[in-house]
Amino acid sequence: MTLDDMLASLFPEGHDVRNDNGVLLGSGPLRGGGRAVVIGIADRIAVGVDEAIRLSRHVLNAMERGGTGPILVLVDSDSQRMSKRDELLGLNEFLAHLAKCLIYADMQGCQTVGLLYGHSAAGAFLATALATRVLVALPGAEPEVMDLPSMSKVTKLSIDVLKEKAKSTPVFAPGLDNLAQTGAVLSTWDEKTSLAEQLQTLLGSDQDGGDRRDRLGKTRRGRPKAADIAERVHDLALQSK
Amino acid sequence: METLSYRHKAQERAAGSKSLAIIGVVASGNLEVLVERLLPDTECQVDINTAAEGFGAVWEAVVADFVERRSPGGLRLSVNDGGARPDTVALRLAQAVRLIEEEDR
Amino acid sequence: MNARKLEAPDVSRVANSKTASWYEASARQRVRLMLDAGSFQEFIGPEQREQSPHLRVFDLPTQFDDGIVVGRGRIAGTPIFVAAQEGRFMGGAFGEVHGAKLTGLLRAARDTKSVPVLILFDTGGVRLQEANAGELAIAEIMRALIEARMAGVKIVGLIGGRAGCYGGGGLIAGCCSALAVSEQGRIGVSGPEVIETNRGVEEFDSRDRALVWRTMGGKHRRLLGGAEAFVDDTIQSFRNIALSLIGSVPSFGLDVLKAEQARLEERLQRFGTCADAMDIWRAEDIFDAEAVPAISSLDFMDLANRDGEPRYDAR
Repeated sequence: MTLDDMLASLFPEGHDVRNDNGVLLGSGPLRGGGRAVVIGIADRIAVGVDEAIRLSRHVLNAMERGGTGPILVLVDSDSQRMSKRDELLGLNEFLAHLAKCLIYADMQGCQTVGLLYGHSAAGAFLATALATRVLVALPGAEPEVMDLPSMSKVTKLSIDVLKEKAKSTPVFAPGLDNLAQTGAVLSTWDEKTSLAEQLQTLLGSDQDGGDRRDRLGKTRRGRPKAADIAERVHDLALQSK
Repeated sequence: METLSYRHKAQERAAGSKSLAIIGVVASGNLEVLVERLLPDTECQVDINTAAEGFGAVWEAVVADFVERRSPGGLRLSVNDGGARPDTVALRLAQAVRLIEEEDR
Repeated sequence: MNARKLEAPDVSRVANSKTASWYEASARQRVRLMLDAGSFQEFIGPEQREQSPHLRVFDLPTQFDDGIVVGRGRIAGTPIFVAAQEGRFMGGAFGEVHGAKLTGLLRAARDTKSVPVLILFDTGGVRLQEANAGELAIAEIMRALIEARMAGVKIVGLIGGRAGCYGGGGLIAGCCSALAVSEQGRIGVSGPEVIETNRGVEEFDSRDRALVWRTMGGKHRRLLGGAEAFVDDTIQSFRNIALSLIGSVPSFGLDVLKAEQARLEERLQRFGTCADAMDIWRAEDIFDAEAVPAISSLDFMDLANRDGEPRYDAR
């Protein structure tokens, strides 16, 4: 599904989302009324300081206008930009700032929805798709934390060996199934039916506050320990003096 | 990964009243030793997890020597090994016992 | 049975808390020496043996605490929650259990509202062998951290260990209320070797230590505004700055986010075309920029306090 087709299916009545060298900014009307703010990364570009600062600006502008509508984060990115310049300028702060803006917006009642329609990796993934309240994907999306060739280099295991090990666990290898099973991706949408309808259903579904990805990962058997360990530490801490 | 376990009689109970201590880090050439006061006074046990397989005889000798020298009665020592040499292992086991014998501050 | 006092050991190298090196200390030693004597209670300590369930697939050894110590204690009588990463175990990287311990601590801080949190970073980022779990843990930590800050909790990050603060750790650090860094500390997203592997040695020579430290090291981060405070490499210094920052950082909200947006936009405007940290320092009118890498920590602190940019309202 091309970006244009996806936007048309999300906003059949039109939208003002612009793709400026891979940075998506704009908005569009929602089926149920109101308007969604849209930010995103397209064309599999890397997310560096220059991209992140524009995305966060767009979110903050919406907050300042007193927006209450949801924020849609469309993602087809590379990893964070790997360059001397970006690190020199403090890329960690720019990516964290973008994530903070999204998390803050969601806590203020502007539901943040991530839609992974292509690729994403590592720091870019964390600052965009994983900084939303709920993340859905289109079929064929390819999220990853680190690609297998790089993993092979660092672990000194061949790609074949890694692939073999990946058959027995969803916990390290790239792919939509693994990221769904571990609790990152809630569901995969059907690109043959209206994305606007699916978005509306998602926005209306029961989503009490609170990050439940760890519990989802436990239910789906992708992360057997995380939810329980977090809960135990939480309870011990609350009891402590 | 290999799991080894050695149970020994000890001459006397390890001193002190602390029930728990830990030393070391699981890093290349290093190991961690968790020591718990759990057993009867004249018993001790050393449990080892290691990625280096086939060194059972070496571990057995190091542990036997340690028990003889330090008399860690009542103690269970649990080891996660990062590929340490025998002398480093011996050092950490001794440090662990010294720690659990220290007065609580 | 669970919230037990567990004394972390002194080893003979560690002389006393005032001068002991932060860099040389283990996570347990940092916690032990920073906190008031006898005040530390660990949550899910090593005797619980909550180790990684994933490392055996790679024939790798586990650590009983999965490389992070979390609990509660006091500094100068002030109650704090603390999390300390062990940088020498798997590079301090975030695995499923490791991350979840910090997530739970931050959620507790959010619900308690009145106890600040210290995060002693020492991490290369996500643990590859558990990459998906590690990445998700970091996302959950960031969420819990901001929820806690929204509830009024102060969260201070301390960076000065062997692994630095890289990858997702760098993002978590950027979410904290304030950061303190020593000369040994480094903060970044992509590590030097990763940049070189992906972009070539011309882009970044990972073996050029001076370059690494100019680009990502503590002094540069302090001068750039990537950390609020620079301290020398002692446990006492980190202890003191932690107390000071807890007491001085403002609460989090839209104003802070707007101030940070402005701060970062201004940084791009002023330094976006600088080729090297030295150019940035000169542009900031730092006195004798060339000498910065070589001057002592104490001299640097004077210089930074005079000429650097502390902003306690924009992180």
